[in-house]
Amino acid sequence: MELTTWFTDLLDGNLIFTPQTLGYYWDGLVTTSQLVFLSLLAGLVLAVPLAIGRSSRHRWISLPIYLYTYVFRGTPLLIQLYIIYYGVVFVDGIQESIFWPLLREAFYPALIAFTLNTAAYTTEIFRGAIKATSRGEIEAARAYGMSNALTMRRIVLPSAFRRALPAYGNEVIFMLHASAIASVVTLMDLTGAARFVYARFYAPFEAFLFVAAIYLCLTFAILYFFRFLEKRLLAHLKPA
Amino acid sequence: MAATPMPLEARNIKKRFGDTEVLKGLSLQAHKGDVITLIGASGSGKSTFLRCMNLLEQPDEGDLLMHGEEIRFKQTRRGREPADWKQVVRMRAKLSMVFQSFNLWAHMTLLENIIEAPIHVLGKPKKEALEHAHALLERVGLTARANAYPAQMSGGQQQRGAIARALAMDPEVMLFDEPTSALDPELVGDVLKVMRDLANEGRTMIVVTHEMGFARDVSSQVIYLHQGVIEEAGPPQEILANPSSPRLQQFLAPKY
Amino acid sequence: MLDLQGYGPRLIEGAGVTIQLALLSLVLAIVLGLLTASAKMSRNWLLHKIATLYTTVIRGVPDLVLMMLLFFGGQMALNVATDALYDRFGVDWYVNLNAFAAGVLTIGFIFGAYMGETFRGAFLAVDEGQIEAGRAYGMSNWLVFRRIRFPLMMRHALPGLSNNWMVLLKTTALVSVIGLSDMVRVAAEASRATHEPFVFLIPVALVYLAIASVSELIFVRLQKRYNVGFGGH
Repeated sequence: MELTTWFTDLLDGNLIFTPQTLGYYWDGLVTTSQLVFLSLLAGLVLAVPLAIGRSSRHRWISLPIYLYTYVFRGTPLLIQLYIIYYGVVFVDGIQESIFWPLLREAFYPALIAFTLNTAAYTTEIFRGAIKATSRGEIEAARAYGMSNALTMRRIVLPSAFRRALPAYGNEVIFMLHASAIASVVTLMDLTGAARFVYARFYAPFEAFLFVAAIYLCLTFAILYFFRFLEKRLLAHLKPA
Repeated sequence: MAATPMPLEARNIKKRFGDTEVLKGLSLQAHKGDVITLIGASGSGKSTFLRCMNLLEQPDEGDLLMHGEEIRFKQTRRGREPADWKQVVRMRAKLSMVFQSFNLWAHMTLLENIIEAPIHVLGKPKKEALEHAHALLERVGLTARANAYPAQMSGGQQQRGAIARALAMDPEVMLFDEPTSALDPELVGDVLKVMRDLANEGRTMIVVTHEMGFARDVSSQVIYLHQGVIEEAGPPQEILANPSSPRLQQFLAPKY
Repeated sequence: MLDLQGYGPRLIEGAGVTIQLALLSLVLAIVLGLLTASAKMSRNWLLHKIATLYTTVIRGVPDLVLMMLLFFGGQMALNVATDALYDRFGVDWYVNLNAFAAGVLTIGFIFGAYMGETFRGAFLAVDEGQIEAGRAYGMSNWLVFRRIRFPLMMRHALPGLSNNWMVLLKTTALVSVIGLSDMVRVAAEASRATHEPFVFLIPVALVYLAIASVSELIFVRLQKRYNVGFGGH
């Protein structure tokens, strides 16, 4: 293969970007992707019922959820990560539980922290979108005999999800960037790989500029994906 | 119980917002095939009265009956509320409403708007709902716009679509809340024509409107509201041609 | 009572570091933001391109990576420069890039990009007719800016400004990673040493919440002030 020879030639003269270090970056990319994707997915699943509860007119439902989002949105993710990473050991009985082998690794505490964090932001994004549902459309649903649950499921949520799309795209990018702190608790994510390469070769520019370029590409990929989604799903809001 | 089926009756409806009493005991009887128009200046309470009939507003006093079946109310901390929401849902499914601002669901195409409630509220099979919807679209002249989203249609098209959506419920009574007030003058005609056709085929309709021509030509009964009270009511040829109340005379006087 | 096991004074010092860091970064970010916004709105092609590149790159790369690039890379660049000074001119001068300065520079630099977007949107939202009215009454450019454009712009900029500040405040926690002893670093150290993470980390989280809440109150007041004449309630 010509491409491979070109590539090995390129690497030949390079002391830092050896196949081995590129392997670290690749593993880092995999870890970052897993961490971000899984936490976003779990956060999304949590956020839907939370957003509905947050929009409830019953104070005893909406207030605790507001408290949760306020705390998680008002404090740095790094602290949340530390609390869960250092604190998980002290949960009673956790070391005897079947989850301990998982929780002992840094990946799962990080995943939990990221999930709780993104769930809080996503809850507020959805709540805003739910609140912005046109009163007339809800009235029409009621006037046609829809129950509250049916109105929520068929009218409010589908239009709210579409409206939330641009803000949610920002949240996805935010999570990608925020995930860089996983390296602080010893995880070898993308940033972790860059720190490793920096420490080993004392080459800050190569190590960090390279990883910055990867993040930039990922950010643009997400950006264009959401633009594409918006074009398809928000077509109904634009006049013909 | 009356021998003639009366799809909708309102008795002595009262409603207050804060300190102002906007409906001061209004009654109305809609027999099958009646076209009742509610007229009056803005703020006279005509829209609120209409919205009380399908409980989008909760009347503070008074009764609502469908075919003689009374809607049950109870007192709660928030005020008077229906005792059984299932009964209300059942009632609303038979009273389709057409709104001033159309209120088509923005995230659905026109066709999806029309089949939504028949499928999910009435439990109709999708195939049947679609057939009915296509027939209704043809009837209001919007076959070509079936897959358009509301934002892509003109106001007149949206309102005709909304009427098709209302008809898809096979309603016993249709409630129209100023259906032409939000439209540009040149679009009013199409919507009124659809409404005239509906009246001519014997639909039971209650219409809040400013269109005096429609009230005169189509309705079986005109009710003139003034500050939450029925000032005058009767067949259009009587009360519109020879209003006895000075207020109605003034209301009907040509404006220049 | 909360037993901070002797870490109390260092935690308070750390909180001071966090607040100073946040405020200084904010000032830098606002200055850079105003410059970026003007560059983006200028007719100069090069300025426009540079500003666009700046905001795009900043918004595409994690704060932590930029911080490390600037801190570790900046130190190396300084070393190279001071070595050259010594070799060429015999000047023995060593500069140690301190984490606080690196923190202020990076955070200010990052949020300058976000502020730039906020200010640009706000400037564009100002009704040009009102500016013209100012000119028509013989106001100078500076007077128009100070008395009319700026106050009108602030009304549109405040929500974004407040939002950026809240994010900036939380971003300061990252400087603990490059070695600055802010309250997060002290709390993390104490947690490891005493094996009591909750005792140290939760109070620090509460301090962040407190700062955020106070800021929110201030912004609500500012918003009221700049909203005079709009909405009218």
